[in-house]
Amino acid sequence: MRAWQQLELALAAAVLAAGVHAKDTGRVFVSSEKDNALAVIDAARGEVIASHPLCKRPRHMQLSPDRTQLLVACSDDHRVVVWDIAANKVVARLDVGEDPEMFDLSPDGRMLYVSNEEDSELTAFDLGARKKTFAVKVGGEPEGVKVSADGKLVYVTSEVASTVHVIDVATRKVVKDIPVGKRPRRFLLAGGELWVSSELDASVSIIRTSDHSVQATVRFLPQGMRSEDVTPVGMALSPDGRTAYVGLGRAHHVAVVDVASRQVKGYVLAGKRAWGLAVSRDGKRLYVANGLSDDLTIVDTPSLKATRTLRVGRVPHTVVVDD
Amino acid sequence: MTEGPGHLLQRRALLLAGSALALPARAQQPRPFGVGLVTQADDERYGPQALQKGYPDAPGGRSAPAAEIALNDSLVLLRLVGWTEARLHAAEAATAAEVPAALRRLQQQGVRHVVLELPAGGVVAAASAGLDLVLFNAAAPDDALRAAQCAVRLLHTLPSHAMQMDAIAQLLAARKWSRPLVLFGPLPGDQLLRTAFQRSAKRFGLKPVAERPFKLSNDPRERDLGNVRLLTADREYDAVVVLDADGEFARDVPYRTVLPRPVMGSNGETAQAWSPYHERYGAPQLSRRFLRRAQRPMTSYDWATWMAVRTAAEVTGTFPHADSAQQLQALRQGAVAVDGYKGQRLTYRGWDGQLRQPLLLAHGNGVSDVAPFEGFLHPRTALDTLGFDEPESGCRNR
Repeated sequence: MRAWQQLELALAAAVLAAGVHAKDTGRVFVSSEKDNALAVIDAARGEVIASHPLCKRPRHMQLSPDRTQLLVACSDDHRVVVWDIAANKVVARLDVGEDPEMFDLSPDGRMLYVSNEEDSELTAFDLGARKKTFAVKVGGEPEGVKVSADGKLVYVTSEVASTVHVIDVATRKVVKDIPVGKRPRRFLLAGGELWVSSELDASVSIIRTSDHSVQATVRFLPQGMRSEDVTPVGMALSPDGRTAYVGLGRAHHVAVVDVASRQVKGYVLAGKRAWGLAVSRDGKRLYVANGLSDDLTIVDTPSLKATRTLRVGRVPHTVVVDD
Repeated sequence: MTEGPGHLLQRRALLLAGSALALPARAQQPRPFGVGLVTQADDERYGPQALQKGYPDAPGGRSAPAAEIALNDSLVLLRLVGWTEARLHAAEAATAAEVPAALRRLQQQGVRHVVLELPAGGVVAAASAGLDLVLFNAAAPDDALRAAQCAVRLLHTLPSHAMQMDAIAQLLAARKWSRPLVLFGPLPGDQLLRTAFQRSAKRFGLKPVAERPFKLSNDPRERDLGNVRLLTADREYDAVVVLDADGEFARDVPYRTVLPRPVMGSNGETAQAWSPYHERYGAPQLSRRFLRRAQRPMTSYDWATWMAVRTAAEVTGTFPHADSAQQLQALRQGAVAVDGYKGQRLTYRGWDGQLRQPLLLAHGNGVSDVAPFEGFLHPRTALDTLGFDEPESGCRNR
């Protein structure tokens, strides 16, 4: 008994020590648009352990390159806030322009590129200097943002124009418009391919990044569903880069796609409006935020079965895994 | 109108300010994409008194701002196929009889797509003008325009009475409120609503306990027609469906019934194309854009105009070399889908040119449900459970 207690104390100390570095905490974070909160999940136990008040309408989240901080787009605060994972609090508020929804970081972590839905702009924000460096006008309702692997280009979707804009960072100009399916939402970089989910086209367009040509369109239709219910939004890539997961929104399923062959290998049932996806670093677990059932589905990827559903607050948006 | 005949048509051409998009400049001649918007001066729904009353799902004002937003939203797409800018050409006709002349003026300005913000009479005049135009009915819900009076060139973005009443009937059926009390008014418009509701009630298996006429009156000799408490004194009913095209009587029905029952139809809960309070599928973004530009909330009529202009741009962007007839064919075949911010791709019905769409069941400042309701099935698309389906369509000019 005594030995067991000692062990437990030691474990607690170890957890605290890990907390100071706040890296690889074994936690999963979920932003809740309507609770204005950040739900924290213990990945090992598969349980919600905390929900922190965060900001108004938190949506997209991303880890800083050193994985000690979480950047969160707070749409109704018109800011991106920086959440310190160890301290459990907001340590910086960045004025990035009206209604930020999605963003991405440059590979060196110095620049933040954010889509401003209200102004139809892509804003470039210097994280070191903490100021806006430039903005580029794009089509209506810009949404998904992705920085190319070399950091030279930024891709932005326009939901209204059904277009992917390619922005050259050096010249600060749109260099190409790529028409894709209706209401393009999110990006995934898979090797030399840029995947774009089109919410109202039941599809993902695959763009070759070397020449920005659309190479293929992957369509989804789980059994018993109608095409109009298939509304793809969030996507995630397995760590080995071989498998892509696509949240099918109102079709309540996640599609599992073989990246090389672009074939749909199967569908996993999740919750209502399955739209925010993230994969654990070992690739064994897939987390799916369900926007209309206010919960998070945990999927065991080897068996492609949902193993657990957690309540995570009203309108969960984005999942970040820090394991 | 005191103006001379030459001024009967008041025309404005608006150059949109959204052309500041920093897209690659293509060295070419200005090539504006034009869309027409025809209104009718004697349309009482847009008169100051009617607007001030603000009855549920009535127009909130002229919808030109919605058309401008739609053109702005379409600029990227239009530029991809060689247009350099987008203009709205507005024309006002004094009466329905002047509508064909207004259309001809728009046609002379190079317009091929015209939004009709007109009452049913104006729509009929436009459709029978025999002009090579794509016409969008954005303000007349009358079922006859989609049946006996339908026309090949005429599409409808505003939901029909039949669609609205099917949505109400689905709500009643879904809640198991299958025995409603129906109150209907004396106006021709009330009769149209009554016919539509009778069809919907039959379709969805409702058994109204009674259908009772009402009359706006304080006359003690006909108080059984004008007094809501006397009109709703039945022993049992699940809900009250009030059918009032004008809206004045219906406004006084909620909270005045003898039994504590929900009110729907023309007040209480109404079936709408749009509500500024809808929170899903990007709807708040569109509502916000409209509020900023028009300084008033976005209504179903604004949405219908916005949708019509988006359709015109979308079909032109998808089939840039098609003539009007080919564009109409593409739209009626579902080859072009439009994003209506209601969560699905929307297409037009081939048989009557009506835009398929979910309807919002709205009340005060909220949306309680979206029709079609879960469980109402259809062999092709659940959206076709709302309104006249192909086999029952009375439209011959397809």
